[in-house]
Amino acid sequence: MRPTAARLLNILVPVKRTVDYAVKIRVNPDQKGIDLNVKHSMNPFDEIAVEEAVRLRERFKDKVKSIKVVTIGPPKASDTLRTALAMGADSGIHVELEDSAPAPEPLGVAKALRAVIAREKEGVDLVIMGKQAIDGDAGQTGQMLAGLMDWAQATFASKVELDVDKKEARVTREIDGGLEELRCRLPMVVTTDLRLNEPRYASLPNIMKARKKPVEKVSPADLQVDLTPRLETLKVTEPPKRQGGAKVANVDELIAKLKEAGIKPVAP
Amino acid sequence: MLQALRLVRRASTFRTANIASKNTRSPARSFARSCVAYSDAHPTSLDAFTDEEQMLRESVARFAQDVIAPKVREMDEAEMMDPEIIKALYEQGLMGIETSAEHGGAESSFTSAIIAIEELAKVDPSVSVMCDVHNTLVNTVLRTYGTKEQQDKWLPLLSESKLGSFCLSEPASGSDAFALQTRAVKDGNDWILNGSKMWITNSYEADVFLIFANVDPSKGYKGITCFIATKDMGIKIAKKEQKLGIRASSTCSLSLDDLRVPAENIIGGEGKGYKIAIEILNEGRIGIAAQMLGLAQGAFAKAVPYTFERKQFGQAVGSFQGLSFQQARAACEIEAARLLTYNAARRKEEGKSFAREAAMAKFVASEVAQKVSGAAIEWAGGVGFTRETGIEKYWRDSKIGAIYEGTSNIQLQTIAKFIQKQYS
Repeated sequence: MRPTAARLLNILVPVKRTVDYAVKIRVNPDQKGIDLNVKHSMNPFDEIAVEEAVRLRERFKDKVKSIKVVTIGPPKASDTLRTALAMGADSGIHVELEDSAPAPEPLGVAKALRAVIAREKEGVDLVIMGKQAIDGDAGQTGQMLAGLMDWAQATFASKVELDVDKKEARVTREIDGGLEELRCRLPMVVTTDLRLNEPRYASLPNIMKARKKPVEKVSPADLQVDLTPRLETLKVTEPPKRQGGAKVANVDELIAKLKEAGIKPVAP
Repeated sequence: MLQALRLVRRASTFRTANIASKNTRSPARSFARSCVAYSDAHPTSLDAFTDEEQMLRESVARFAQDVIAPKVREMDEAEMMDPEIIKALYEQGLMGIETSAEHGGAESSFTSAIIAIEELAKVDPSVSVMCDVHNTLVNTVLRTYGTKEQQDKWLPLLSESKLGSFCLSEPASGSDAFALQTRAVKDGNDWILNGSKMWITNSYEADVFLIFANVDPSKGYKGITCFIATKDMGIKIAKKEQKLGIRASSTCSLSLDDLRVPAENIIGGEGKGYKIAIEILNEGRIGIAAQMLGLAQGAFAKAVPYTFERKQFGQAVGSFQGLSFQQARAACEIEAARLLTYNAARRKEEGKSFAREAAMAKFVASEVAQKVSGAAIEWAGGVGFTRETGIEKYWRDSKIGAIYEGTSNIQLQTIAKFIQKQYS
């Protein structure tokens, strides 16, 4: 029996270099932004996306033909690419911006990703990306990209099952009412939620191997995209300091306090 | 103008003539030649690292924080290393850091090993020393002195799952290591070892043992030979010591009763053991310096934030000058230990002499570790004195730094010898 021609999967994982999640954020005195002279690392949701891609490779072996990571950012963002390569991605694309360039916004990023996908000779079957970046917290890029590509989208994924031969995915997403399961046809965009997986630490041998993996540098001009921001930041402030709470002895006291605070019961 | 030009020309004619008359070795020319000999390599700061080294640091730091930190207290109280941690270190590729990829290692640099040891020690000096001994002593002996057959046989095991230990000390020979009493007697194609070893790090969990024994006491230290043996050959792990610090790291005595070791398991040749021990321990000291450096930073990072949370007299205690200056001093000392350690590591990597620098790094780092971890307890006050916060553990763990892999006095003696050589 002749084997049928294997269907192979090309995965693209966009990653972003953000301020490290453990860093204490400080607002600049001009109130136009935050102090960026601190430790940076890969956006945690993007780590989950890289991990998911690597796990798909581990599950489907050679059926996952390529895992490419892409980042848009200043020269230092290449560290983030290397981390993704050390976790198990095959190659990287760095859309390099000037150090002084303003941070691109979701629509600009989505358009740049569309251009990156268009350049891929073998096409892209699956984009896995973080549901949001922990710096801007916009949570829009995945949806915008799916819209621009006219692809299916499954956001906030907590489980991804693939049928590579049928080119189909079953994605479980966490919604307010419980779990929702979607069946989508590839190509599609999946955005990752926290519970999808626990990312691995790059092991030392893989860090050493990552050095030899190819990273291609392109400019926004090469992609013919305009990353100029459309929004203007008026003011950045710290959240108001939490006023110390108080303990109440029982429910009656709690209700009395709530009434005191002017909170009225809602009619049943 | 013209006159000046003429003067210059005359001067140059004069110099040429002068050189010609002396024929060779004019000072000007030899100076010019030494200029050419200068390397083009741009000198860097002592804490400059490659991208891979940076990435390794971040990866080990996170691994230590997520995987090791939750178990530190439990392992310390139980005086036992969690086997899961050993397994995880292997999975992370941290047990064959410098070993070639062909032998299952990461094929990374010596400085990478130093960084890993430092980052592990920030969280748990016990885990750190296990990784240190395995890499900088056991693996290095095989990589440096093993034959190809020995390397092919042992290095993959050591990179994949088998923990190693280094057995030199004995009840009656510590600093005076070459007074060791363990004997090896030839019997056909084997050697029969008899004696006992003491203070052997990793020995409770280890499978592979490098054992130093004397094959011919009439030759004194020139009879000392290094054997590689496995636990199943009949090494008896006797008493496990109950210690002040690094309690999760096992330290046992070993008894060797007619331990039969094949002749092919001699590393580096008969009578070469003393040379191996001296050279390896020089390198190992940089590892201990890194462990002590990590320890000092770990204690500092745990205690200092607390001094900005704790308020007395209406302000954070860390903002009082008395305390903040103590912290500033500690930061200076840590920085000095850092630079000594990294410099010794880079010298070793560059193939330069490093015995003096390694001794200095180990001596200073162990002093700084004890001082800073002691101060850290005081900065955190009563809280620092409790076992729950884990600050006091750093101080307990620091004491060993002045004792193992050459006591502080042995380091000072090594440094003093260099001074005497130069000035006396």
